[in-house]
Amino acid sequence: MLKEGEIRIPSGCAISGIFSKSGKRISGESIIKSIATMHDRSNGLGGGFAAYGIYPEYKDYYAFHIFYDGNISKKECEEFLERHFDIINLSKIPTRKTPGITDVPLIWRYFVTPLPTKLNESQLDEKEFVARCVMKINTKINGAYVFSSGKNMGVFKAVGYPEDVGEFYRLSEYEGYSWTAHGRYPTNTPGWWGGAHPFALLDYSVVHNGEISSYDANRRSIEMYGYKCTLQTDTEVITYIIDYLNRKIGLNLEEISAVVAAPFWQVIDRMPKEEKEKYTYLRSAFASLLITGPFSILVGFDGGMMALNDRLKLRSMVVGEKDDMVYMASEECAIRVIEQNLDKVWSPQGGEAVIVTLNGGAK
Amino acid sequence: MDINAKDLHFKELNERIKNSPEKDIVINECNGQRYIGSGQKGKNITINGVPGNALGSYLDGCIIRVHGNAQDATGDTMNDGTIYIHGNSGDACGYAMRGGKIFIRDNAGYRTGIHMKQYKDKRPVIVIGGSVGSFLGEYLAGGIIVVLGLNSEETPSVGNFCGTGMHGGKIYLRTNQLPQDLPKQVIAKEATAEDMEEIKEYIEEFCQEFGGNKENILNSNFFCLIPDTKNPYKQMYTYN
Repeated sequence: MLKEGEIRIPSGCAISGIFSKSGKRISGESIIKSIATMHDRSNGLGGGFAAYGIYPEYKDYYAFHIFYDGNISKKECEEFLERHFDIINLSKIPTRKTPGITDVPLIWRYFVTPLPTKLNESQLDEKEFVARCVMKINTKINGAYVFSSGKNMGVFKAVGYPEDVGEFYRLSEYEGYSWTAHGRYPTNTPGWWGGAHPFALLDYSVVHNGEISSYDANRRSIEMYGYKCTLQTDTEVITYIIDYLNRKIGLNLEEISAVVAAPFWQVIDRMPKEEKEKYTYLRSAFASLLITGPFSILVGFDGGMMALNDRLKLRSMVVGEKDDMVYMASEECAIRVIEQNLDKVWSPQGGEAVIVTLNGGAK
Repeated sequence: MDINAKDLHFKELNERIKNSPEKDIVINECNGQRYIGSGQKGKNITINGVPGNALGSYLDGCIIRVHGNAQDATGDTMNDGTIYIHGNSGDACGYAMRGGKIFIRDNAGYRTGIHMKQYKDKRPVIVIGGSVGSFLGEYLAGGIIVVLGLNSEETPSVGNFCGTGMHGGKIYLRTNQLPQDLPKQVIAKEATAEDMEEIKEYIEEFCQEFGGNKENILNSNFFCLIPDTKNPYKQMYTYN
């Protein structure tokens, strides 16, 4: 097939998220039902889910989900993993034959922890070591692609409609406190398994509806800090920007929102002094990480979820609350289908981050 | 005719509405079905639940009543008829509307009334009971938008960039304080008795549908926004 750079497919997408603030673990059934309501927003060229809290028995290990083209790439990748990690457990990810899902690659899962000697030798902190290993596999090992690499979380994605993808990966058998989902309608790139959403690095995962116009400026900027954008997909660059600003620079999610969806200078000019200084600083210091063009994203992270729209709000986003549950979706119908009686339902403003975390902070 | 829309695809739902010989149609358990009433005329459609995007697009003369919130692009390019929303409306409500009326009990999203237009007797109207998001009346070319701000007494009940690119039509804001960022090509003045006469019937219709004290509303302070024809809008888009 033709991959990124060899074909352009012109074209919406759908996103949905469910979060239990009390940390109650819920099965994947609800999120599948939610995303399926927005079936007509995607075109069958990609669907996927991110789930947090699903591997409590392995919560101290990085869970790698890897696609392989064949046994040669698997062998090469496993040799790499053995050189760098202690592999605690490995298995095929359980799947179910589903008519809507074809051309299935090999899909494996590894619970790993960096080898202490390798980690020491690298003089990197653990997360950086893991992130670099992921980048290395994805750029150097032909036919191998790590699409999930966080702890106690996992991404499940494929080419197909999201409800079929959920069925294929048997997500009703997983239980997590946080779920995001995506139905894809690819705009610029071919729909292949790696290009489906969510995009993830370490504990961060992003699902995205939109098409950012600053992709290349953002890519050039983020690649200076050691990230490699291999997929020409705007969502990949958003994931790396969030990882960079949060994990490496130490900005919190609200500050990150003020960078990527910065208010207009006209709006900043009217702010009270202290706020004005803060927003001016953030917008100036990270100018090339401003994301322009339409986007609505859900960011999953350890212990929380964030919804964010572009500052012009060129894509839709609705948030609903019921007791300890928070729902975020492209359309209200995707929330109502799983919770008819909401305590509260509203649409956040463009650039206004809605952040929910587990009561008592992240686990 | 009653239609239960649970798990019904929009295509089938709309076929059934279109092919129904009955004038009165009630849709129950509606959830996300798009294009309801699209291009239709002469029907009374009552929707219980949340209709999907582009409700009443190209509408040509029905009465649509929604008991619930509406999603995005309600009344897209509608030509005639009335839509009452007993709840909120999403983004781009009344997009490129060229006739008819939309009444929203609560709040409306971004870009309400974007590029509405008017021609001769065709003068579209949108009345919002609560507040609206940014870019109200963006590129407004005709018609009337009324924001009552009934849930926000002090501050202007509109977001940022109200009237950006406006070059026709009128925006009425019930408030004591104008938005700080009105664009240069928009003239804001206190509504005159004549202006109020123009919107009186719509406020009466709003109160008749949703309740509320029309005298109190009519006696409050309104501003009227119109484009300055001597200083027309030239820029492609907002300065960012």
